[in-house]
Amino acid sequence: MAPSSTPTIDIESLGLDQGALLLIRRALAERPVGGELQVRGRSPDWEMHLEAWCRSQGHPLRFDTVEGRPQARITRGPHAEGRWRDAQATGTALGDINGAPADDAEAGWGLAARGATVEAGSPNFFFALHRRHELWAATAGELYRQAGAAQWDPATAIEWDADFDLPPAIEAAVVQVMTFLIENENAALLVPARHLGQIHPHFREVLQLLALQCADEARHVEVFTRRATLRGHEPALSTAGGQASLRTLFDAPDFSVATFLLAVLGEGSFVNLLNFLQANAPDPVTRQIARLTARDEARHVAFGMAHLEYRLSVQPDYQSKLRNAIEVRYDALASTAGLNEEVFDALVLLAAGELSPAAIARGHSAVQQLQRDMAAGRRARLARLGFDRDEAERLSALHTRNFM
Amino acid sequence: MSEPTLIMGAVAYAPKVVTIWEGFKAFFAKNGLPFDYVLYSNYERQVEAQFDGTLHLAWNSPLAWVRADRIARSRGQQVQAVAMRDTDCDLRSVVVVRADNPVQTLQDLRGKTVGMGALDSPQATLIPLDHLRTEGLLKPRDFKLRYFDVLGGKHGDHIGGERDAALALMAGEIDACCLIDGNHLAFGLDGTLPSGSTRVIARTGAYDHCNFTTSPGAPAELIERFVALLMAMRWDDAQVRPLLELEGLREWRAGRTSGYALLERAVDDENFYSRDGAILNPDYRY
Repeated sequence: MAPSSTPTIDIESLGLDQGALLLIRRALAERPVGGELQVRGRSPDWEMHLEAWCRSQGHPLRFDTVEGRPQARITRGPHAEGRWRDAQATGTALGDINGAPADDAEAGWGLAARGATVEAGSPNFFFALHRRHELWAATAGELYRQAGAAQWDPATAIEWDADFDLPPAIEAAVVQVMTFLIENENAALLVPARHLGQIHPHFREVLQLLALQCADEARHVEVFTRRATLRGHEPALSTAGGQASLRTLFDAPDFSVATFLLAVLGEGSFVNLLNFLQANAPDPVTRQIARLTARDEARHVAFGMAHLEYRLSVQPDYQSKLRNAIEVRYDALASTAGLNEEVFDALVLLAAGELSPAAIARGHSAVQQLQRDMAAGRRARLARLGFDRDEAERLSALHTRNFM
Repeated sequence: MSEPTLIMGAVAYAPKVVTIWEGFKAFFAKNGLPFDYVLYSNYERQVEAQFDGTLHLAWNSPLAWVRADRIARSRGQQVQAVAMRDTDCDLRSVVVVRADNPVQTLQDLRGKTVGMGALDSPQATLIPLDHLRTEGLLKPRDFKLRYFDVLGGKHGDHIGGERDAALALMAGEIDACCLIDGNHLAFGLDGTLPSGSTRVIARTGAYDHCNFTTSPGAPAELIERFVALLMAMRWDDAQVRPLLELEGLREWRAGRTSGYALLERAVDDENFYSRDGAILNPDYRY
């Protein structure tokens, strides 16, 4: 008899419940629908298991006897191929020629890796942020890599047991400033986190970057808390005006406006504040904390700027929304007290280092310089986003007196 | 007057049953067939509802088919198996022992304890009992029978009884257990019966499983459209595929009644139902 041209695999003594199914599935996948595959085996239950499996998969099966041994003949059924008919393409892992993901990520792509082939009929995931212009930044991938490389360990990056002894009034000022920083960082963690859960994972780089941004803020909350309580004190005062200012960040109508108010204006001002603390804080622990956290915050500002530059490049009239957001926030906060006296005084004291009139004069002058630096920074960033000089000046002045 | 609605009964043996029939209902509605379903907690009440005008048809276990057929015949009526799954055809059950058990053949089970599924499970109890009987082994004369009775009235649709028996086998509580052949593979793959830890000492003859059973006097035109729509369901169709996967089939086939002979015999030999479909087993709870 002429040898059969039907492909044959021998699973030897490997049971179908020991991995032989993998060999059979792979061999069968190479056959066309209606094509045959012969299987030989020696494990005790292989024929019975093959029969049960073929029944469940819709592959017709029969057994012959060849050289005294049973040999299975499987006909490939039509169903396995059906699963991948009309499957959805989801772009490519690295994005288009400019590294950009799709314009609009479809709900049916779900959680699949960008570039994966998704079975038709996969469940829809309704991510509110699924259009590229609403969240993308050309540098998101690069900023994510920088953020990953720049993570630091609070336990080792800061010399917690550094030797210093502050007068009680100065230590109390440091505690008050830390208290203020913590509530601001809680906002800086939660506002992006609220949007993070709404982002279609197709926009992988933004998702990853914001996840690290949340981790940054979690770390900041930790180190500020640790410094506040380092000498046995509880955190100090939190004002209604301060919280009202932060509350408006939660009310921002979309991701871009939230990013504008929080990152571009708020965290931008915070970078100035942290630089001020690095230069003026009375103890080495606070100075180290300020240096490390300022570096993280600068990256958050960079993402915010890059996102808004991208959005304005594809949607120039979005600028009016940004202008409007500042004005609405200003109106909302017009009846609140703004920066609390305790924080302002604490910053002065902290920079003064002691209570003598000469030192206080020095501290006061440093805080005034800080406020000028913050305003200049905001104006510069607004100008980069296309606001003309007078407009940038006016809008910068409307920014919350609470800094963030 | 609005078009009559085809009413089908199904047994809620697991929460997925709601997902399945809601999906089918939407599929039938989209294709112009007014369809609704009624869920029962057991097959006995479902079969009875096929004879009081509540249901036009029912998605029946093989045992429910046997009962419906008996009740119909005793009344001079007729029920029909109009469709079934491809996976309902030509199943077999197996008798399994631990690999280290000296038992080699069914005859060696004399005096031993055999674990079976629910009292009303065709695949894990009634058909294996029939097989042992044809080999000359009768309970309780020749072997001790331990039921793993999960969810009575659901005719073994719930796999739990077979799994419990398999676990008891591995724990050394019983000498043999009875499973549907596909579950022996599935339990091997999921580690319930680690590969190589058991030995199959017998396989029953082939038998068929579920079918759509029409009730006497069911509206023929609606039944015809129902069956035509089932046959038009394609695994390729992404909207339909999840339902077929949940229900465990690749394609629907025309119903046949040639695969219920083993179960018919077991039902008589075990005194489960009378010839007119009355429930005889006094221990049966549902």
